[in-house]
Amino acid sequence: MSATVEHADSSAGFLAHHFDDRAQQRQAAVIGMWAFLATEVLFFGGLFAGYSVYRFLYPEAWVEGSKHLDHVLGTINTAVLLTSSFTVVLAVRAVKRGEKDHLVRYLLTTIALASLFVVVKTYEYWVKFSHGTVPGAGFELHDLYDPSVSLNQVELFYGFYFVMTGLHAFHMVVGIVIFAVYTRLAQLGRYDENYHTPIEMIGLYWHLVDLIWVFLFPLLYLIDR
Amino acid sequence: MIDVARKERNYVDADYSVWSWFLTTDHKRVAILYLISITVFFMLGGAAAVLFRLELMTPQPDFVIPETYNKLFTLHGILMVFFYLIPSIPAVLGNFLLPLMIGAKDVAFPKLNLASWYVYMVGGVLTVAAIVFGGVDTGWTFYTPYSSTYGNSAVLLAGLGVFVVGFSSILTGINFLATIHTMRAPGLTWFRLPLFVWAHYATSLIIILGTPVVSITVLLVAVERLFGVGIFDPTLGGDPLLFQHLFWFYSHPAVYIMILPSMGVISEIIACFARKKVFGYHFIAFSSLAIALLGFLVWGHHMYVSGQSMYAGFVFSFLTMLVGVPSAIKVFNWTATLYKGQVSWTTPMMYALGFIGLFTIGGLTGLFLATLGIDVHVHDTYFVVAHFHYIMVGGASMGYLGGLHFWWPKMTGKMYPETWGRFSAIVVFVGFNLTFFPQFLLGYMGMPRRYHMYPEEFQVLNVMSTAGASIMGVGYLLPLGYLLWSLWYGKNATSNPWDARGLEWTIESPPTPHNFHEKPVVTTEVYDYDPEQPLPPPSERVVSPAESETETVQ
Repeated sequence: MSATVEHADSSAGFLAHHFDDRAQQRQAAVIGMWAFLATEVLFFGGLFAGYSVYRFLYPEAWVEGSKHLDHVLGTINTAVLLTSSFTVVLAVRAVKRGEKDHLVRYLLTTIALASLFVVVKTYEYWVKFSHGTVPGAGFELHDLYDPSVSLNQVELFYGFYFVMTGLHAFHMVVGIVIFAVYTRLAQLGRYDENYHTPIEMIGLYWHLVDLIWVFLFPLLYLIDR
Repeated sequence: MIDVARKERNYVDADYSVWSWFLTTDHKRVAILYLISITVFFMLGGAAAVLFRLELMTPQPDFVIPETYNKLFTLHGILMVFFYLIPSIPAVLGNFLLPLMIGAKDVAFPKLNLASWYVYMVGGVLTVAAIVFGGVDTGWTFYTPYSSTYGNSAVLLAGLGVFVVGFSSILTGINFLATIHTMRAPGLTWFRLPLFVWAHYATSLIIILGTPVVSITVLLVAVERLFGVGIFDPTLGGDPLLFQHLFWFYSHPAVYIMILPSMGVISEIIACFARKKVFGYHFIAFSSLAIALLGFLVWGHHMYVSGQSMYAGFVFSFLTMLVGVPSAIKVFNWTATLYKGQVSWTTPMMYALGFIGLFTIGGLTGLFLATLGIDVHVHDTYFVVAHFHYIMVGGASMGYLGGLHFWWPKMTGKMYPETWGRFSAIVVFVGFNLTFFPQFLLGYMGMPRRYHMYPEEFQVLNVMSTAGASIMGVGYLLPLGYLLWSLWYGKNATSNPWDARGLEWTIESPPTPHNFHEKPVVTTEVYDYDPEQPLPPPSERVVSPAESETETVQ
């Protein structure tokens, strides 16, 4: 995200024309990335605020909705995602040590784990769709744990579930695409111990995506369990 | 040094191909792209205003049908707020000047900067598509449940347009933040930064912290319309008021996104044309940050009569009053800067003085509206309409025009015609007051906003308002005409026609693609004006004919 013209001297690493040196270039990327992460937090923050308001208003419906989610799959996905954050850290470590092969391997592992997460999530969505547990006309929910609960309110819960996890999954897919591009560039030897800012930046992004899930998982899957 | 520099082509002449513009990463060219597109959206929004002001000349709905009227004021609001006021100064003047003012070659992320323009255009195209597919009638605020459930117009397209254009602001905000933090020239400490830069810093913070919230809110309205995910749907137990909370959490700070950059422009102009150091520099700098912070704590003042708790109303009322403090600090400091200064009546200065007067009226009526009792009386009347137009048109827009004139010689290398400039400033000022002052009276007498008809006793004031709007329209068309004229027939400006301080004036007009020939080092304090040294007379602001001939040869 930081470059326009590459300097001829590739051994010094990548330096865009408008920066004085690589330290300045890296600093700008770090500040820019953290600012972007702040916008992401507030983006999801609007959803978390809405979630909190309705959970406070309709606690029974939230419990009911949560019990119909597959907490086993949710737990597996949490583990998968946390592991992928770990492999990203290993990738950053590898590139800082100039270990190109390790870098590529860890990036590929991250992509594999992230894809596994998306597959499991898709399966969960598919189950919900096949049972009609989707907001909109004809919302259905069978085998209620609490028969007195208002189905409309449970539908609201599923509105939040789909929007929040859907946006999160969208961020996962974007991350996977960027990882794929960076993996290719890493294979071509673009990153080394002198120039590794992009790997660090995608790492920051990935940790945030991970962190958002760490909040989503208990808020959606683990109510009253 | 300047003579050597002349041999290098400036950023406009560097390359003439179409793609050199559409794929440019030069912050100055991106600014020009924004300038052109913002002008187009401004004219569209203005045309809508002309149409509904014509409708309001008579009490009866005789010019357009009520539905069209609703679509016109919605279009005016959406275009003016999201496509003109919010991006105008940051994306045009900010993009052009920020790197120049801090002595950088470009913004921190030039590609992202270009991307922001494309995102802006996609948002614009979606919004224009919404007009083509029947228009939107929800008002620019998209209040639920009308926007989410009951409205039949093209809310989805317009909502997506607003969603998308938000990201263009975010990209600009992130870019400015990183640029100001990391790319200042050696010696350019934080308290040597021009106040224009401080204002953009505060604005970037608001953009970064506020815009994502309105994005997600509008997105929720969109998914509600698309998939029936009824998060604001009362039939499911959803709360339409939640929308208002989330919407105003951004859209009130958005007012400061519009006005803060304008305040930055005014600080520059006042200092230059009073030939004085800005009075209370630190106070003006920090008041920008204070406004940015307080702006996030006052959204509830839009919701006094929406059933919000009375105690919440107390708190929001108090916090809203507090915004008056940093705003007043700025106004008093500008006035103090003028005191005993060598004030010259150039076009930028006339716009700046107009800003101070109109912003003061807008700000003071804002305090009326912050008061719970008065707000209950004038809520949703023309009083509110007049108030925020004093801030946005009288404030933000005047600052934009003033800044455009002030830096026009730098951006284009041409001098605008001064007499026409002064004339336009007066026409805009008179037309503006004639348009909106009667609306204060109308609102106080109880005329509600957003209605296509009204009782007959309100007609005189409405005719005055429409007459004023047409005068103001002429006032806006004038600069469009003579600024374009100056591109071909204007005299070549010197590199520093105002003898102004600031790094942007140390390089040639227009600048070369890389701005500075060598990295500038700042050793002087900001606004280092010498009161003994008057503004250069008009003849010294332009390159003499002999010089300009050698220049055109190049």
